[in-house]
Amino acid sequence: MRELVVCSGKGGTGKTSVVAGLASLAKDIVLADCDVDAANLHLVLDPVVERSHPFIAGHLARIKQSECLACGKCHQLCRYSAIRQIVDEAGDRTFVIDPLHCEGCGVCVHFCPTEAIDFSSRRCGQWYVSRTPFGPLVHADLDVGAENSGKLVTKVREQARHLAENCGSNLILIDGPPGIGCPVTASLTGADLMLIVTEPSLSGLHDLNRIVELSAHFRIPAMVCINKYDLSPRLTAMVEEYCTKQELPVIGRIPFEPLVNEAQAAGRSLIEYAPRCEASRVVTKIWHCLEFQLSASNQLRG
Amino acid sequence: MRIAIASGKGGTGKTTVAVNLAVTIARQGRSVHLCDCDVEEPNAHLFLDPVFSGSWPVTVPVPAVAQDTCTHCGMCAEICEFNSIACLPSRTMIFPDLCHSCGGCWLVCPQKAITPEDETIGSISTGKAGELIFTQGRLIVGKTLVPPLIEAVKDVPGDESWIIFDAPPGTTCPVVATMQGVDFVLLVAEPTPFGRHDLALALELTRQLAIPCGVVINRYEGNPGQVEKFCLREGVEILARIPFRRQIAAACAEGGLAVDADPEVAAAVSGLIDNLRTRAVMA
Repeated sequence: MRELVVCSGKGGTGKTSVVAGLASLAKDIVLADCDVDAANLHLVLDPVVERSHPFIAGHLARIKQSECLACGKCHQLCRYSAIRQIVDEAGDRTFVIDPLHCEGCGVCVHFCPTEAIDFSSRRCGQWYVSRTPFGPLVHADLDVGAENSGKLVTKVREQARHLAENCGSNLILIDGPPGIGCPVTASLTGADLMLIVTEPSLSGLHDLNRIVELSAHFRIPAMVCINKYDLSPRLTAMVEEYCTKQELPVIGRIPFEPLVNEAQAAGRSLIEYAPRCEASRVVTKIWHCLEFQLSASNQLRG
Repeated sequence: MRIAIASGKGGTGKTTVAVNLAVTIARQGRSVHLCDCDVEEPNAHLFLDPVFSGSWPVTVPVPAVAQDTCTHCGMCAEICEFNSIACLPSRTMIFPDLCHSCGGCWLVCPQKAITPEDETIGSISTGKAGELIFTQGRLIVGKTLVPPLIEAVKDVPGDESWIIFDAPPGTTCPVVATMQGVDFVLLVAEPTPFGRHDLALALELTRQLAIPCGVVINRYEGNPGQVEKFCLREGVEILARIPFRRQIAAACAEGGLAVDADPEVAAAVSGLIDNLRTRAVMA
């Protein structure tokens, strides 16, 4: 079983639209939306949720006011400024923990002299297994402002692997998050191939460079496609020149296609909505390249 | 006035809005400091060509173990909630990439065998682009501890009358770190189903943080769509509409300013500044 991650560094380059397109072309796959901060894949795959589970990860500290002596030890030790000191008119101090700042490290819990801090498990979001016309989809919503996005990504990938094993699927197609931080790292570790979706802009090129560095860091082979390539021929040439230098294959140049928005509004992938447009044709070509690369690396391994 | 520019979804035009807003304010002769808080993918500098006058590393404390004093009692590994310490019978190992710098291990160690040591996670550069003061943070590729770097970026500005923070995409810790303590959040949304879905998440975050906000619609194509209906229903004001035109996209792609590429964008940004100024006066 292989894992293909679609990522970009920069946000909004068209990862999710490309993933939806690939999903409608591939056979016997499991889909995983690892952009748990702002998941969108479900909006174009028409999923029917079959199971949903709360995502419990880490802990949240909470002061039991009745047992608190207001000594201030926790306030002094917390390195995240999560513990607020409130002084009332009489000069009495109360300490309160702000859940948005609490990282769940447990230092306050350990050092509280009266054991007045509760440290219960924390619900950080929800994850789902859904049925789509193209195969099962594992997706998740991290609660707004919650911690542990990397752990939720790991959970989504774990479940996707589990499903793939059960249903004999040989490919997991992963929609990755933007950036290069925790959730991206969690999406990439141990994956077999990356498809980097970039765009012809200085920002796109700058961020492409950073995600390529990250792929080298994790030693994951990468291929590139340039989305909306016709918006700036000069920058497309610069992106291609960069890829040649880095020995990265550019496997597709997708033209700017206003129908993408219409397809999104209809809750469909572009391939289903407008199979004959040039962009759909290019995405099909990209899929064939990826399929070939995955089977070639399979043979190498086998 | 301290303003964060955010959006749930990536690529909606946060940096475009932040840069064009800051440059226009500077051209009006007001003091303004733009901070690029998208430390994973800092892009604002590409539009500004700043001259940096200072640059320094940002570090976080991570544990270092003196193996000769360590008795491998395991208390450090036990208190660590992030699995960044493994205590073996004859050796205590640290995995600094998993460490959240909570300090539990060096506080709990009975032998005082653990001391905090500085680990560099990124750097800050500060300088000027014309009259605009500019600061950015840059995470080292492979590091994942983002919020402390963002907080270090936010510590740089002084008493400029306008301080603008360009946020990363998403709705988790890096965005919380950027929004914390600002007076106003501008949410940049694009008029697509993905844009509307992620705007709802970003709006929810501003509500949890109790920070007032307004929306800028980018790549506006002239017909009121679901983003506008959403804003109306939620009672969020739309403060500007930036039109979609290929020449604007092309100018931005090449590192140009949208306000110079299209007079309608310039007018939208000026209107946005007037609106924000009345808010600053009222506040």
